[in-house]
Amino acid sequence: MSNMVSALNGASAKGFVEVRDMGLQGMITLRGDLNAAKLKKAARAVGGADMPEQGHISLGDTGGAAWMSPDELLVLVPYTEVDARLSEIAKAMGDDHHLAVNVSDARCMFGVSGDDALVREALAKLMPVDLSARAFQPGQFRRSRMAQVPAALWMQAEGEARIVCFRSVAQYVFDLLKGATSPGSEVRYLAR
Amino acid sequence: MSTRLANGGRLLDKGRKLDFTFNGTRLRGYEGDTLASALLANDQMLMGRSFKYHRPRGVVASGAEEPNALVGLGEGAAFEPNQRVTTTELFDGLTCTSQNHWPSLNFDIGAINTKLSRFLPAGFYYKMFIHPRPFWKHVYEPIIRKSAGLGRAPDQRDTDTYEHFYAFCDVLVIGGGIAGLQAARAAGAAGAKVLLIEQTAHWGGRAPVDGGTVDGQPVDKFVDELVSELQGMDNVTLRNRTMGAGVYDHGYALGYERVTDHQPKAKGPRHRLWRIRAAQIVTATGAIERPLSFAGNDIPGVMLASAVRDYVVDYGVSIGDRTVVVTNNDDAYRTAIILKKNGLDVPVILDARVPTQDSALMAEAKSLGIRVLMGHAISSVQGGKRVTGVEICSQAGEGAVLEEIACDVVAMSGGWSPVVHLWSHCGGKLIWDEATAAFRPDVDKAPTGATGAPFVTPAGAANGDFLLGDVLRDGNSAGKAAAKAAGHSGAVPAAPSAEEIAEAPMAPVWMMPQGAGIKKRQKAWLDYQNDVKVSDIQLAAQEGFESVEHAKRYTTLGMATDQGKLSNINGLAILSDALGQPIPQTGTTTFRPPYTPISFASITGEARDARFMPVRQTPMYQWHVENGAFFEPVGQWRRPYTYQKPGESVEDAVAREVKATRSSLGMLDASTLGKLLVKGPDAGKFLDMLYTNMMSTLKPGRCRYGLMCSENGFLIDDGVVARVGEDAFLCHTTTGGAESIHGHMEEWLQTEWWDWDVYVANLTEQYAQIAVVGPRARETLEKLTGDDISAEALPFMAWADITLAGLQARVYRISFSGELSYEIAVKASEGRALWDALLAAGASANITVYGTEALHIMRAEKGFIMIGDETDGTVIPQDLGLNWAISKKKEDYLGKRAQERSHMSDPARWKLVGLETVDGGVLPDGAYATAEGENANGQRETQGRVTSTYHSPTLERGIAMGLVLNGPDRMGEVLEFPRLDGTIMRAKIVDPVFFDKDGEKQNV
Amino acid sequence: MLILTCPCCGVTGEETEFHGGGEAHLKRFGPGSSEGEFHDYLFSKVNPKGVHLERWRHNNGCGKWFHAARDTVTMEIYGTYPAQTTEPPQDIRDAITAKRPGWSWREFA
Repeated sequence: MSNMVSALNGASAKGFVEVRDMGLQGMITLRGDLNAAKLKKAARAVGGADMPEQGHISLGDTGGAAWMSPDELLVLVPYTEVDARLSEIAKAMGDDHHLAVNVSDARCMFGVSGDDALVREALAKLMPVDLSARAFQPGQFRRSRMAQVPAALWMQAEGEARIVCFRSVAQYVFDLLKGATSPGSEVRYLAR
Repeated sequence: MSTRLANGGRLLDKGRKLDFTFNGTRLRGYEGDTLASALLANDQMLMGRSFKYHRPRGVVASGAEEPNALVGLGEGAAFEPNQRVTTTELFDGLTCTSQNHWPSLNFDIGAINTKLSRFLPAGFYYKMFIHPRPFWKHVYEPIIRKSAGLGRAPDQRDTDTYEHFYAFCDVLVIGGGIAGLQAARAAGAAGAKVLLIEQTAHWGGRAPVDGGTVDGQPVDKFVDELVSELQGMDNVTLRNRTMGAGVYDHGYALGYERVTDHQPKAKGPRHRLWRIRAAQIVTATGAIERPLSFAGNDIPGVMLASAVRDYVVDYGVSIGDRTVVVTNNDDAYRTAIILKKNGLDVPVILDARVPTQDSALMAEAKSLGIRVLMGHAISSVQGGKRVTGVEICSQAGEGAVLEEIACDVVAMSGGWSPVVHLWSHCGGKLIWDEATAAFRPDVDKAPTGATGAPFVTPAGAANGDFLLGDVLRDGNSAGKAAAKAAGHSGAVPAAPSAEEIAEAPMAPVWMMPQGAGIKKRQKAWLDYQNDVKVSDIQLAAQEGFESVEHAKRYTTLGMATDQGKLSNINGLAILSDALGQPIPQTGTTTFRPPYTPISFASITGEARDARFMPVRQTPMYQWHVENGAFFEPVGQWRRPYTYQKPGESVEDAVAREVKATRSSLGMLDASTLGKLLVKGPDAGKFLDMLYTNMMSTLKPGRCRYGLMCSENGFLIDDGVVARVGEDAFLCHTTTGGAESIHGHMEEWLQTEWWDWDVYVANLTEQYAQIAVVGPRARETLEKLTGDDISAEALPFMAWADITLAGLQARVYRISFSGELSYEIAVKASEGRALWDALLAAGASANITVYGTEALHIMRAEKGFIMIGDETDGTVIPQDLGLNWAISKKKEDYLGKRAQERSHMSDPARWKLVGLETVDGGVLPDGAYATAEGENANGQRETQGRVTSTYHSPTLERGIAMGLVLNGPDRMGEVLEFPRLDGTIMRAKIVDPVFFDKDGEKQNV
Repeated sequence: MLILTCPCCGVTGEETEFHGGGEAHLKRFGPGSSEGEFHDYLFSKVNPKGVHLERWRHNNGCGKWFHAARDTVTMEIYGTYPAQTTEPPQDIRDAITAKRPGWSWREFA
């Protein structure tokens, strides 16, 4: 297992809020009919959380599920359990048309943590999304772009954002976040 | 001379002295000064030279509309040209230099142009430099280029940082004068989330200078209280030093924040570009005073009347001891009154109007003992680098001099023009207001947004309201209306009441005196920076440039860095007069963002250096960096082109890599290849539509090469498809094609065949993929696995899941080199581990890591096509001899119908062949094969072109592929390819497979 | 810069999240179609001043294609709707009619 490394191997940077590579996170792309009982049941069982609403993520103790599109979920599981969970999905779905595949290694997950408003301000330098506490609350899940690359975002908790991007651009995204959080560049629009 | 007054200067902190230098001279100012006020306090009236005639120019204004006083600011990496001194806040250690002069500001050789100005009328350059034609390129243009331009470009990298910020609000208020403040208060009270931005460092606009009382207290006190009230509101944000730069579709606006311009040593970005999305926008952008057009109105010391009083009140700076005020309206009387009250002399107020009775301001001026001459005007201003006096005349006549009056300042006012720029940016229409002789917003024709409803409301002076009480009421109702339109209807208190001072009507004066002759008109400036005079506009009209847009471009009126903020209305009034039509019929030129220039760096934001664009890295990227990779960009990826060893040239390295691979063992990082999983009951049917050949018949465990065409029939991508399950296929794409082909698949599935049961997932980055290539590939892999990968168990074009170096791996036995070859996919997180294991296992076989150039050479030796080399968006598979990969059985596939079109099936289409140079050299890439005769354009006819060309280390000669007319039928013929140096290279048409034609090396 | 609401994921985002895809409701002509039909399918696109039905993809988002009814002059968005339809739904037609009575676009009105 020591051979496995996330894109940035746990790199971090401390600005007015902290940025860090969260390490390897198990992720399963599950495509299918999100209204089908079988799929909902499989997603709940595998992710250990409720089926997410449109535009939301639901989180459990060790995983969760995020609503990616009308026919796609991103199921979060411990990295080492992906293959076992994929087997569970395959068994649960049987012959029903679906696609479930491991995408853990295709992604990189970052955490941005600190004062809630400052975390939001740092991200609002890079994403064309209203990230005020009123508009973007824990539980919401937003796919958009971060500067020039696609990124997905949610608030894990107050002052604790999670970003998922493609693995190949992890260094670029890390550099973006590091720049956006550099000391002295607080905007003081969302934060007072 | 201009000097600092003992008293006054409401914006100054006289306890904080700041040192700065201008053209190397050390000067001193105060905290709160602008660079303009600090220069004036040091008697530096001359600040620059004009663009065309190099005339001496001083500051005219006190704000963003300043056309003359531009300097080069800072030094080295922080240098920036063309900075407006009126909007530059002074800081300790500021250095600046004047521009557009040689050898010095005081003595400028280019000023000879002003003597020649009679010979340099509008359109002079167009007319003069047409003949003889060759002179333009070699004589005229170099000379003009040398003398043109304002400041010089910086010659060092900018070391500051810049950023964007995406802000959302219900109501954006642009402008922090009293209208904007009041609008923000109203919108805030109604419950809207409000963002108020102001370009200067101060609140209240010019109200504190102009005075008056609001709710019984002085207006500056009122402003202070209103600002602190707003600062206490949770739903209101105030940002000063943030200019509204532009208003765009659907409530998008740009705010340009100068974060640390005034304190360059502070941490943080220098500029921040606010990308604001507002439900509603209030433009409370104020108004700009107009100059008057009289002879000599550009001599340093002639200034806008409002600016003269701004310098006195705001900065305690006197422009001169004796100020002549010339006006067509009441407002300029305020300047005379303030000067007088500060102990300065106002010898006369020249008022072009002939009122029937005195207004309050006229009466006050007279009561202070100021001489007021009604119906009078300036005949001409005397002086060179500084005003020395004026000759006065009747406004009604032709300028016969009645009297000479000594003075060192002329304060002029031609009335006020609302700043309608931001209202107009997104389509707000204007109407002509006769009473103020100005264009103001036509509030019935506001810009409309996403829902079709108006989203911009003008307020205050920007809406044509100039009296204190009107401004406050208009601001209040604009804020309330904007909040309501944004869905917030909370209770809004009434606007405060102001003490009204009635003003006499202004009278439009577009030329002074009214009957000024040509000599005067040639000295009456409209556009100061670009040296456009009244006579130029009249000439343009006479020569037929009747459209205001044409006249602008012919004369350059309004094309300077101030974009005509002072000159436009006067200019189009002159044009209208010359054309004998009313001003509204002439109309205005288009107002385009930004309001004043913003830095390129702020537009760039974070996108520079490492963050300029995403650089995609494979899991083995670090190894490449550490092992001498010479990278090339492939899409957004950086792929190693070759790995140079010490002392090796790039060519040597490539040759070494090819030879080692063909003779023993090579290894390539192939992770960038696209990998798309296509799954579902209809996956086979879907792929049969996408690829030209049949994919549904592929057996699980096997691989097949396929071609993809667009609906136009052109080849867009190729790659190996592996059937990885009964209903699942893994489609490999080119490196550059992964995202676009994924998008292509989704497009057809979502928009045409939405009833087909197929899902696609892009797994490109899930896997690290490593090609192990060469005669010793199998034995090397066998060292790392116990699984059977023999030729029988894993034949050519098959795949298998095995355990390799302890990792789960999928091995595809496919070859792009003609060698025994395996492409091995493992999880990206384990890619580096496998890479290292393979290096160790292959050491005894001299395993050689190769880059993309060796890859390309080896595929060319085998005659394999490369998307982007053999294809360019106009090539169909049939051109490339790939008919074997086009199914004849299928009724349909994307591109099939297009390939039946007459031009596509034309036998005269150029077709792929190999090209072998006669002398063994390398053909130039893209070279054309010439044919007899010339085409209609007199160019040599062609019969083919080179698509790929390399030196083959294997064959030790140049090899190439190309598309040639009837090529496959002309084997052995020799073609001629001219090179850029004029010499000709000859190449023989041969089979495109140069090496191992029978494929014996890969089938072992 | 436009703002669009994706009918597939409900997100209202700025134009940089989306990618325009040209004219909506094209009927595909494949093998067996006439030269004229195929030519028109590939190359003859409408370019109206006013109401336009067009394709967009939420590429920096849910990745789905959808259609938008937009005014090419005023930039007004009359509505967006899923791409899985061969003609504009009635509610979209009604929304356009409410603002632009008498509108027509290709064979639709």
